[in-house]
Amino acid sequence: MASLIRLSGSFDLAEEALQDAFILALRAWTEAGVPDNPAAWITTAARRKLIDAARRERTRREKHPALRYESAAWQDPDTSFEAEFSPDMPDDRLRLIFTCCHPALHIEAQIALTLRTLGGLTTAEIARSFLLPESTLAQRLVRAKNKIRDARIPYEVPSGGRLAERLSAVQAVIYLIFNEGYTASSGSGLIRGDLCSEAIRLARLLCELMPEESESRGLLALLLLQDSRRAARVNREGELITVEEQDRSLWNRAEVDEALGLLAQPAGREPKAPGRYELEARIAAVHARAATPAETDWRAIARLYEELSWFIPSAVVALNQAVAVAMSDGFETGLALMDRIGELDGYYLYHSARADLLRRLGRNPEAAAAYQRALALVTNPVERAYLTRRLEAVQAVP
Amino acid sequence: MIYAMLIYTDHAADAQASPEQQQAIMGAYYGFTNEVKEKNLYKAGEALHPTTAATTVRVRDGKTMTTDGPFAETKEQLGGFYLLDCKDLDEAIEYAAKIPGASHGSVEVRPIVIW
Repeated sequence: MASLIRLSGSFDLAEEALQDAFILALRAWTEAGVPDNPAAWITTAARRKLIDAARRERTRREKHPALRYESAAWQDPDTSFEAEFSPDMPDDRLRLIFTCCHPALHIEAQIALTLRTLGGLTTAEIARSFLLPESTLAQRLVRAKNKIRDARIPYEVPSGGRLAERLSAVQAVIYLIFNEGYTASSGSGLIRGDLCSEAIRLARLLCELMPEESESRGLLALLLLQDSRRAARVNREGELITVEEQDRSLWNRAEVDEALGLLAQPAGREPKAPGRYELEARIAAVHARAATPAETDWRAIARLYEELSWFIPSAVVALNQAVAVAMSDGFETGLALMDRIGELDGYYLYHSARADLLRRLGRNPEAAAAYQRALALVTNPVERAYLTRRLEAVQAVP
Repeated sequence: MIYAMLIYTDHAADAQASPEQQQAIMGAYYGFTNEVKEKNLYKAGEALHPTTAATTVRVRDGKTMTTDGPFAETKEQLGGFYLLDCKDLDEAIEYAAKIPGASHGSVEVRPIVIW
């Protein structure tokens, strides 16, 4: 698909050609049997369709010069094909990632386009994942493709100074896709696994295509570690379970091991300071290494959060750091740090974290008040159920 | 592809600039125009008089109606434009960011329709 898009300069033409090729295949294969290399057969057929379309387009253009603007992004496939073609060249997919995640596109369009063209999801599946009508998502995709064509968003890996910035845009899109799957902001299920798997697949692709970028490895490790807890994160009633209370035997060992392996890889030729994804992955890795919650190296976590706060000087990071300090240096110290964070009053996790420390300190009435604050702010039904359970528990023992 | 770079700035604030500041902005525009001309990207470029000199014309039912100034009372107004021939949107964005107005106002990048 990526090769076809590059060759035709158009998402629509590439999609059409691919569809035509599948129809051809259906006919040819039922008669003559499936060829040895079906993928190559399809790509070749689609490629021929593109050449045909290009010829038709040229004739049409000669007849109707007024319509020429429609094909402004057209590249002549006849000349570029033979010279450059090789099926699914990794370069093509890399170029395409940067096009789909171009900051000139709306972030929602970036996500939809990335899932549609680089992920394995159909328009209907993406629409379902985001709880949108299929027509809305289809329209979003059409608008994005039109902008790519009309504004001529390039199909290329950004050069030099632009690369770092654009690479973090790509990483951000992948991370958003994962998070949408992991903490569905709406809908009753807490986790939508297909989006998580897609995000992991995309992160892995990014690592394959740009192996020298350690931050992409950090992102992949982070996603794997979060995903490894998928089965343990929600109980049979669909209620949220914190990392501490999770049954660690349910953690996906294969994913944990892969992530730990990624984090252990030596830095490349030009080692960079770890970025935010790598630091977050290292934090998750501390949890993953602890066989029981009591063995968690909270001091290491507090240190990593401190480092992370240099990147993201946010109150949320400070909150997590306070939690880690509470676990390593005592609940009182952590609570004092937490109370110093002023700007999180509208954030339910702040109140639920405070409530949690107050509960551990046996200050149940204060804990109850904090759980109530959190409940007033939370939107996810699963997390609401968790907080309600907690609130009832502290209210039972005033 | 040719891109129109539409430069929007706050004309009220522009009017407050000291002569030295105005001189500096003029110099920056002069430098930018020279750069895009040397690189063969320049197709056209004009600065517009402020909206205080503008007249809006509408024809309704065959009658011409004129009003003083622009219709919309937005903070930033169109103050000038360039037409630049860029290879793709990335190059267009790169040059749009170099337009002095981008640092205090905004630049809207619009591809030109080729008929």
